[in-house]
Amino acid sequence: MPDPSENHQATSTVGERNGAQPQAPPAAIEDVFTIAGRTLRSRLLLGTGGFPSLELMSEAIAASATELVTVALRRVDPAARGSLIDVLADANVELLPNTAGCRTARDAVLTAKLAREAFATDWIKLEVIGDEDMLLPDAPELLRAAEELVDDGFVVLPYTTDDPVLARRLVDVGCAAVMPLGSPIGSGMGIRNPYNIALIREAVSVPVVLDAGVGTASDATLAMELGCDAVMVASAISRAEDPVRMAHALRNAVEAGRLAYTAGRIPRRHYARASTPDEGLPEF
Amino acid sequence: MILNGEPAEIPAGETVAGVLGCLGLDADARGVAVAVDGEVLPRACWETFALPEDARVEVLTAMQGG
Repeated sequence: MPDPSENHQATSTVGERNGAQPQAPPAAIEDVFTIAGRTLRSRLLLGTGGFPSLELMSEAIAASATELVTVALRRVDPAARGSLIDVLADANVELLPNTAGCRTARDAVLTAKLAREAFATDWIKLEVIGDEDMLLPDAPELLRAAEELVDDGFVVLPYTTDDPVLARRLVDVGCAAVMPLGSPIGSGMGIRNPYNIALIREAVSVPVVLDAGVGTASDATLAMELGCDAVMVASAISRAEDPVRMAHALRNAVEAGRLAYTAGRIPRRHYARASTPDEGLPEF
Repeated sequence: MILNGEPAEIPAGETVAGVLGCLGLDADARGVAVAVDGEVLPRACWETFALPEDARVEVLTAMQGG
């Protein structure tokens, strides 16, 4: 089991007890994490895809309290109404461009360079897809693209399979974080192999961001309880019946999971263990 | 010339800034990137680079995406 004390920086700001007044539980817990030198207070990353309108997206961003959102790069549509860039600027969030839709290292590298040009950021969520039905990453192409982009000065966050060995290889070539999938993109199947996600957490020292497959709040909580540093969510929020309400749920779910992870859960036991002592038990 | 996958009536020698104008974009369009024949054309070259007759031009911007 990973030792939670190794990688969390939680500090309670609750005041000292005075004995007379009942105290509220810790209300504000500062528990930040860092990717490539950038400090993030929210451990929820939001994908902007799938929202029925920019207005709803904007409301969901606010409800999620995210600080980092992904955007894709596509051909300019002269008929498009509303500027995504302007809406996201108003929402006061940082952009994380992705290479969604790329199937080769070559295309992904070119897309990353175009994103750097368009958005003036060297951060890239690297996606290289190898299967149209499952949208699973193409591991050799992903690794090749990651290495090339790191060499070109990018901060690379690769969307990867839940393979601890591939995660380690990606970190070896210089990726700033790894983003393993819980299950296929948009499937809402949650984390199909929690064991592998925990192994990835142990295998690498960079932040682990659970990406893809989250369907509802409990999936995000499990990711955090497994030791992930953050969770990336798109469809679970944007395609929920009430995206704003779900954004709020995911925000709380991520926070709950993180608190539980850093609190240190009790070990699982085969048999019961009474919490009430036997001492003083009357005999009738 | 091919602009975003479609044949376009753009004369050889036109600049990227001119093409952006055709698309209704300012030359300093925020969040826009341009590729010509599979290579990034840096913003600094938009006013000066003359597009060849058979250029394949991609003009890209931010779209909603996971």
